[in-house]
Amino acid sequence: MPERDATRRGSLKIYLGYAAGVGKTFQMLADGHAAVQRGTDLVVAYFEPHARPDTIARAQGLEMVPHRKIEYRGSVFEEMDTEAVLLRKPQVALVDELAHTNVPGSERGKRWEDVQVLLDAGLEVWTTVNVQHIESLNDQIWQITGIRVRETVPDWVVKQAAEIIAVDLTPEALLNRLKRGAVYDRQLVQKALDGFFKESNLGALRELTLREAAHEVEVRQSVYDETSGLQASRIPESRPREAAREQGRERILIHVTADPSTAMLIRRGRRIADYLHGDCLALFVHQTPQFSDLPPEEREAVEKHLHFARNLQIETRILQGHDIAETVVEFARRNQVTQIYVARPQARFWQRLLGGNFVEDIVRMAQDLQITVVADRSRRQAS
Amino acid sequence: MRVSEVSRSDPEQLLRQVQAEESKQKRARLKIFLGYASGVGKSYRMLDEARRRHERGEDVVIGAVQDRQSEEVQALLGKLEVVPPLPTSGGQVVDVEAILRRRPQVSVIDPLACDNPPGSRNRHRWQDVEELLRGGISVLTSINLLHIEEFRERIEEVTGKHTTETIPKAFLLAADEIVVVDVPPDLALARTGEKFTPTGISTDQERQLSELRELALLLTAEVVEAQLESYLRAHGIEPLFGTHERILVCITPRSDAMAMIASGERNKERFHGELFVVYVRQPNLSAEDQAAVDRYLTAAREAGASVEILGSSDPTAAIIEFARRNRITQIFIGHSLRRNWRDRLLGDPVQQLIRSADGMDVRVFPH
Repeated sequence: MPERDATRRGSLKIYLGYAAGVGKTFQMLADGHAAVQRGTDLVVAYFEPHARPDTIARAQGLEMVPHRKIEYRGSVFEEMDTEAVLLRKPQVALVDELAHTNVPGSERGKRWEDVQVLLDAGLEVWTTVNVQHIESLNDQIWQITGIRVRETVPDWVVKQAAEIIAVDLTPEALLNRLKRGAVYDRQLVQKALDGFFKESNLGALRELTLREAAHEVEVRQSVYDETSGLQASRIPESRPREAAREQGRERILIHVTADPSTAMLIRRGRRIADYLHGDCLALFVHQTPQFSDLPPEEREAVEKHLHFARNLQIETRILQGHDIAETVVEFARRNQVTQIYVARPQARFWQRLLGGNFVEDIVRMAQDLQITVVADRSRRQAS
Repeated sequence: MRVSEVSRSDPEQLLRQVQAEESKQKRARLKIFLGYASGVGKSYRMLDEARRRHERGEDVVIGAVQDRQSEEVQALLGKLEVVPPLPTSGGQVVDVEAILRRRPQVSVIDPLACDNPPGSRNRHRWQDVEELLRGGISVLTSINLLHIEEFRERIEEVTGKHTTETIPKAFLLAADEIVVVDVPPDLALARTGEKFTPTGISTDQERQLSELRELALLLTAEVVEAQLESYLRAHGIEPLFGTHERILVCITPRSDAMAMIASGERNKERFHGELFVVYVRQPNLSAEDQAAVDRYLTAAREAGASVEILGSSDPTAAIIEFARRNRITQIFIGHSLRRNWRDRLLGDPVQQLIRSADGMDVRVFPH
C-alpha cells in the first residue's frame, strides 16, 4: 500500500461489481442513508444523471453537490465539481463510476485522479467500479468476453482502498432487469444481450469479481496481522500463509521490449507478485551505446511500457548490454530476483534459425533462476 | 473462462439446449441469499426481492420468517401474504402441507438453517424446502455462513459462536441461484446492535469478520463456477480459459520436484486455485529413479494435488493434451542444465513445450 499520512488522508471505499446494473450505486446510496442516520456529514459528489429510476429514488434525501457543466464540441457534459466538493468539505463524499474518463477541458483526465484530490484533502470517498476496469485484469477480460475495455483504473488505486465491498446479483436477475429495460435504454437491450451480457460472460465475470473481492479482503488481513503484531484467532486453513512467508519473498523481474505483448507481461507480473505478496521490477536492455540511439519508434514504445509499469508501481531500470539475455540474468542475480518474466518466443522458424531465440538463451543461462514464459493473453486463442 | 460458441448443427446438442432452457423455465427454483454474519442484511435483500416479484405479478407467500425483525423488514413483510407456521412447543415449523395446498409460485422460507422439533414432518427445514421444490414451488431463503456444516468448526474457532443447526454445503452447490450479501463489517455490527469500542469497531472484531467475508465470497465463487460449467456443458460450449489459476507441475525423476510441488502448492493456496501433478511414465527406470518418482507423487498427494500418471511416447504432446483438457493456466517444468545427445538431435523438450503451450504460462525450474 502506498505511503500516506494516516492521520490526514481520507480513506477510500469501493463497491465492486461485475456489470452495469448489478446495483453498485444503489447499495452505495443505501449505505449512505444509513451513515447519515448515524450522524455522518455525507454528500453525493457525483451521481450519474442517466441513472435507473430505482437508483434516482434511492438518492432522494441525500445532499448533492451540483455537477460542473462543460461544453465540448457543441454538447454539454456533466462532470464532478471537485473544487465545489472541496469547498463543501464533508466527512464523506460519494463518487459514482471511478473508471470514468473526464471530457476534454476538465482539470484532470480521469475521475480516479479527482478522487485522489479529495482523499488528499482528507475526505473519505466511497465509489463504484466494475471488475473489468481493473488494469491488471484487462487481458483476462478480453480472453473471456472478447471485449477490450478501454477505461481502466490502475491497480494501486484499488489497492489503496480501505474497504472493498462485492455487490452481487445473479446473472438471471441481471438479465431480467435488462430485458425489462431497467438498466439500459430498451433499444440497446438486444445489442447488449448479444454481446457483453451473454449469460456465460456474466457468470465468468461474476466469479472473477467474487475471487477478486475475496483476495482484496485477504490482503487487508495480512496488512492487519503485520502491523498489529497481534495474533487474532485464525482459521486453521490459513496455515499455508505462514509456511509461504518462511519460503522468502518472491521477486519478479519483467523483461521489457518494444513488442506490444510487453503490456500484458507487465499486467501479469504485477498480478502474480501481488498474489504472492512479492515484489516486481521491470528492465529494458538496449544494445545500442545510448538509449537515445534507438530508432524513434522503438524508443517510444519502450518508454510507453516503462511508464505503464511505473503507473502500476513497478520499479523500472534501463541498462546497456551487448548480450541481452546475459545482461538480464546478471541484473536478476544482483537483485535477488527469483523469477524472470519473458514473452513467448516468435513462432517463426527463420528467426529460430538465425539464432535469435532469446527464450532459449535465457533458459540456458539462468541456471539458478526460474524463467516464466508468459502466455500471450493479449491475443485471443483460436478454438 | 473464455467460451467459444460452437455453431455446430448437431441435433443432439440443439435438443439438449432446448431442454435445458425449458426445464429452467418450468422447474421450481431455489434461490439462496448468503451472508457472512448476522446483520449483513440477507433477510432484507431476500424480502425486497419477494416484494418486487409480488409487484410484478408473481404469486408470492411467506412460509416462515425470523422472529426478531428490523422496522425496515417489517415494512416489507406487511405487503405480503403469510401462510402461518404451525405453532409447536419447540418453535415454529413451516406448514408444508398448507403451502402445497395454497400452490403459490414462490414461497419465502427464512432462515434455511433450522431444526424442526421432534415429531415434525421433517427433521430439518431444508428438507421442508426440498419438499416444496418437488411440489413445484420456488423458494427464496437465506443462510448465515455459520450454519454451513463444512465451515462450522472453523467459524466457531474464530467467533466463539456455536450452532447445531447446519446445512450440508452440497445443498448450496445444488441451488439454482446463490447471492452473497456483502456489507462493510462496521455496518453489520451496527445493525446487530453489538457494542462498539469508543473508537468504533475494534480491530479484532474487524479481523474476525474479514475472515468470514473471505470465506463467504470464495464459497459463492465456487458455486458460481460450478453453475457456469454446467451451463456451458448444457449448451455444448467448450470452455477454454480458466477464471482462476490451475497449476500443472510436470515431474521427472531428476527434476527438482519437491521445490516445484512446494511452489505449486503455494500458488494454489494464494490464488485459491487448483493443483495438478503429472508424471509421464519413462521406460527402464532405475530402482533409484523409481523410488524418487514415488516419493514425489506421495508429496504431491499430500499437497492436495490431483495426481495423474500418463503413458505416452511423446511426453510433450501428452502434457499439452492434459493441460488443455484441464484448462491449465500455468505449467511448471524442470529443465536439466546438461543437454544430452537426444536433446541435441530432437530438440530440447522444454523448448518444444514452450512453443506448444499456447495460452498458458510456462515456468521453468532449472536442475
